[in-house]
Amino acid sequence: MTLGEVRRLLSCEIFAGDEMLERTVTFGCASDLMSDVLAFSRAGALLLTGLVNVQTIQTAFIAELNGIILVRGKHPNGKVEELAREKKIPLLGTPYSMYEACGILYRAGIPSTMQPEPGLAERRAGK
Amino acid sequence: MSRKIAQVFAVRGKDFLGGGRVSTEIKTMLRELGIAPEIVRRVAIATYEAEMNIVMYAEEATITVELTPQAVRVVAEDRGPGIPDIGLAMQEGFSTATPEMREMGFGAGMGLPNIKRNTDRLSITSTAGRGTRVEFALDIH
Repeated sequence: MTLGEVRRLLSCEIFAGDEMLERTVTFGCASDLMSDVLAFSRAGALLLTGLVNVQTIQTAFIAELNGIILVRGKHPNGKVEELAREKKIPLLGTPYSMYEACGILYRAGIPSTMQPEPGLAERRAGK
Repeated sequence: MSRKIAQVFAVRGKDFLGGGRVSTEIKTMLRELGIAPEIVRRVAIATYEAEMNIVMYAEEATITVELTPQAVRVVAEDRGPGIPDIGLAMQEGFSTATPEMREMGFGAGMGLPNIKRNTDRLSITSTAGRGTRVEFALDIH
């Protein structure tokens, strides 16, 4: 799925990177903990977060994420927008809550990037 | 590349807005030197965690990156409070972070475990009241 399609699904406004909406998003992750994102995300993932500061952008650059969606109508300040443009990280905002936004994207076929312990969920479910 | 390339960067403590600048510079540098993308990503993540630890806890520090044909080595050496119990600090979830640190998305007790996860060798030495030295390396295959 492209970022442009994500934008339509989540009724996003664009704060930075409107020239990068052709980027493909293969996986999704959602967290306000940047260390969790650094530990468990994969390159090319889309991040949904409620954390809006320069470290959100730095984390996306370091972990090579393909874009950031700010949830629940949050707005970045000018410094954050500027850094997103400088680091070429598309920064979008959705009116949906984190839970709703994740649900919409998951239902549309974007799988999770976070696999803290591979196989644990299957074992717990007795599969 | 046959020789060793080394560069030293300065990091200021409590610089929450500037934190990450050195790691992104190192990342860009390694990329331009043609290091494999997966290695660059792992070095960048480990260095960023080390840099944020400095920003959160230390007064000041240097981060040195060294590149040989075999490995990337990073040394983060700070002047700061030190880590009284390194074994405890290595446990996922153990944290002494303040609310200000948590507001930046860090301080959840994942920093040192994240560095270990992304590197091939890690050594930490610390003296209470003096500072901490974190050294890690990744082999280039």
